[in-house]
Amino acid sequence: MNILSCLVIIPLLTITGILLVKDARQARVVSAIGMGIQLITAFIIVFMYLSERKAGNTDQMLLMSSYEWFRSLNIYYTVGVDGISVAMIALTSIVVSAGVFASWEMEDLKKEFFISLMLLATGVFGFFISLDLFTMFLFYELAVIPMYILIGIWGSGPKEYAAMKLTLMLMGGSALLMIGLFGIYFNSAPDGGELTFNIIEISKITIPIQAQRWFFPLTFVGFGVLGALFPLHTWSPDGHSSAPTAVSMLHAGVLMKLGGYGCFRVAMFLMPEAANEMAWIFIILTTISVVYGAFGAIVQKDLKYINAYSSVSHCGLVLFAILMMNRTAMTGAVIQMVSHGLMTALFFALIGMIYGRTHTRIISEMGGLMKVIPFLGVAYVIAGLASLGLPGLSGFVAEMNIFFGSFEHPDTFHRVATIIAITSIVITAVYILRVIAILLLGPVRDPHYSEFNDARWYEKLSILALLTGIVYIGMIPSGLSGIIRDSIMPIVEKLM
Amino acid sequence: MSLDNFLMMRHELVLTLAFLIILVAEVFTGEKKKEKFRGFAVVLFAVVTAIGMLPAPEGTLFGGMYQAGRTTTLMKNILNIGTLIVLIQSFTWLGRPENRDRIHEYFMLLISTLLGMYFMISAGHFLMFYIGIELATIPLAALAAFERYKNRSAEAGIKLILSSSLSSGILLYGLSMIYGTVGSLYFADIAARPSTAALTILGFIFFFSGMGFKMSLVPFHLWTADVYEGAPVSIAAYLSVISKGAAAFIFIIILYNVFPVIIDTWQKVIWVIAVMTITIGNLFALRQKNMKRFLAFSSIAQAGFFLLGFIGGSKLGMTTVIYYALIYIFTNLAAFGIVSIIAEKTGKESMDDYDGLYRTNPKLSLTMMLAMFSLAGIPPVAGFFGKFFLFAAAAEKGFYVLVAIAVLNTIVALYYYLLVVKAMFINKSENPITYFKSDFMSKLGLAICIAGIVVTGFASGLFEMIRNLSYGI
Repeated sequence: MNILSCLVIIPLLTITGILLVKDARQARVVSAIGMGIQLITAFIIVFMYLSERKAGNTDQMLLMSSYEWFRSLNIYYTVGVDGISVAMIALTSIVVSAGVFASWEMEDLKKEFFISLMLLATGVFGFFISLDLFTMFLFYELAVIPMYILIGIWGSGPKEYAAMKLTLMLMGGSALLMIGLFGIYFNSAPDGGELTFNIIEISKITIPIQAQRWFFPLTFVGFGVLGALFPLHTWSPDGHSSAPTAVSMLHAGVLMKLGGYGCFRVAMFLMPEAANEMAWIFIILTTISVVYGAFGAIVQKDLKYINAYSSVSHCGLVLFAILMMNRTAMTGAVIQMVSHGLMTALFFALIGMIYGRTHTRIISEMGGLMKVIPFLGVAYVIAGLASLGLPGLSGFVAEMNIFFGSFEHPDTFHRVATIIAITSIVITAVYILRVIAILLLGPVRDPHYSEFNDARWYEKLSILALLTGIVYIGMIPSGLSGIIRDSIMPIVEKLM
Repeated sequence: MSLDNFLMMRHELVLTLAFLIILVAEVFTGEKKKEKFRGFAVVLFAVVTAIGMLPAPEGTLFGGMYQAGRTTTLMKNILNIGTLIVLIQSFTWLGRPENRDRIHEYFMLLISTLLGMYFMISAGHFLMFYIGIELATIPLAALAAFERYKNRSAEAGIKLILSSSLSSGILLYGLSMIYGTVGSLYFADIAARPSTAALTILGFIFFFSGMGFKMSLVPFHLWTADVYEGAPVSIAAYLSVISKGAAAFIFIIILYNVFPVIIDTWQKVIWVIAVMTITIGNLFALRQKNMKRFLAFSSIAQAGFFLLGFIGGSKLGMTTVIYYALIYIFTNLAAFGIVSIIAEKTGKESMDDYDGLYRTNPKLSLTMMLAMFSLAGIPPVAGFFGKFFLFAAAAEKGFYVLVAIAVLNTIVALYYYLLVVKAMFINKSENPITYFKSDFMSKLGLAICIAGIVVTGFASGLFEMIRNLSYGI
């Protein structure tokens, strides 16, 4: 059996395991073991991918395998990876494992929580390995729907409202996407021949430009909803702030990347002509996303809202970069996806841990936490610095690439957009430093704080896993960019 | 008549035999054994279903009045499976003291409606079709009024019979116009002598509205919610899946075989009716609190989705309609099964009563969630595949705007299906439905539905099989 399919099967086996254990508390152990195996599998895949590339295999997709499914519609279960998907798989497995440890002390309906989490993981992994638009879409929806249950049952605040809003908006996006996919499918054989959902096959032909003009925006916006494209980002702040810790981590860290990944893997890669024609519209929208998200974060009082808006800004940057359609910016976009995934997962994990101790997320009600819980405090500072793009951490590498790439365009439009987007770095610094100052520094706000325990072993495990990634990318960017380098070119070449 | 001729009609003959066996058996069952008779009848019907699966010759009988083909056999088998599930689900309800005396009646009426549907599907002549449709409808009205000690049930029966006789009248009027222009009521003759005269089209529109009543398409849907609410749950389930499915089958057969010439006309009509049905069904479903009314409006919207498979007139269209009907049978019967079990045990039918159901009856809630997700078209359950392919069938012929309206409507639908999930999983209740154990037959019925919901989607072989038996214009 193909090793990529393991990524889908392991979470499903884990679900079976959770169902089999009698004691609900063991559910977390089973999930941890399952996701541990998943993490190892993911790194084996990274290794296999790199060794195959080194051996001189220049195919666009490696480790491919394909099973026939709906013969008459030419639907196959086709999996395969390039450097970008490998990077996303590694990111996902780190975040999911960290998420399991971050929800170690789940109180209510433990089994159901971990089952939903595993289901979500199945969807995400399946999405990243799929090369057939049908299975890709199936996994995409599979990843979205457990969110409703996860936020609705275990969330906080106006959770029912947030869960419903998030689900309906994301499914609305996928409705647009579905029309887009039909458009691609029924135009995938302009000279006769068999229609196909296979991405590689479709990329070899040119979809008629009239069709592209219709279906590119549908597909792009469809994925863009999940990537928090302005003005369809409004599910994100509500959803993230109401979700339980692990779900916020997974959602902001990984699920939002499905949007960006889909935008360039499907919308732009398959319909490059329309992408070139319409990029300007989306560049304007994403520039607004970037700046608006950052400004939105400044005025928030709730830690989770701050981070949710900051995610809107950073994910906007991903879409902004892929619309620049050159190699540097695209590389930046992928690094930004991984970097933001790790960083925001770390943020949400830390916020969850801080909330577990202080029972509030309003920053003005807390203060001096650095003195009582130094481990969490330091981790928060590091995550913050990565977020505002300090050299040596992952955010810097990503943003440098993105802005260099976008400034390569000689025309005024791109340059102005770049300059506007760059201002978000300054705004980011404002809200990050403001939070650090109020939350962590200063006098200890409440005498009860001295009773707090610093991070427990499972919390440390979760934090360290994410921190390692952030520092690794920041210090040795060649590692990640080496993985994705060869895979960017086919996409950029089509867009040129 | 040779043996082959009998074999061609074996669905009808076996069912008639079953009907007679039940009729005779009634005479010989004593008062005390009446309750056990239920089991016998269900097993009998299971045998009928199994016999239907056996291979049989194709051909026409009675000078073309009756047609037997592999497609119609498949459709009848699907209806058989659905009816079997309905019978299994109604088992507990039939055991009630007030129903005990009339168990035979229930089975006989149900079997005769099914017989009507068989004749409808196999018709090769509009007269046969009309007899079938009447045979399918009139016993249903009696069934809807089965709980005659309840006002609502009696009301449901009278509503069904009155509105169905009106729609039959309109349908007959339409048929008479078609006869007037073509001079024949044979399907083959009408197709062979194409006429695009205004009178044919007018006749077709009248015919359409008659079918619209059977499929409960907007604006012919007004009877649906009231009848579903008043009728016994198992009859509401039967109406919503079997009756509707049979109507969809014969409708697509007639559109493809009899009216291919005026395809431009009926595509326009279906376009408008589909949009109205889906949208209005959804909008009304949003505010329903009674589960039976809720499912009634949801099934109106679902009927609109069927039309997306009709509109292209393609082979893929027919495939997806049959495929979706099969999925819809499993899915909707699962939902009705849960409603039926809960109504049977607690007498509660309101959505608010389902608050906190997961904490007390997790298995029932999970099944209900599966059914709701399948109705909403969420992967990995079968509804996703069914909807995706239905929409693909419409998109294939370029009806992208219609597909867009339909997919946006699925979001509205998702909202109200999620309301049920929310009630069961998220809402807390002061006095939730307490834990209860279901009896074997209820569990069996649900188990079949769950297996269907989970497997039908992934089983591409099933889809391919249906495709091989389908045809386009």
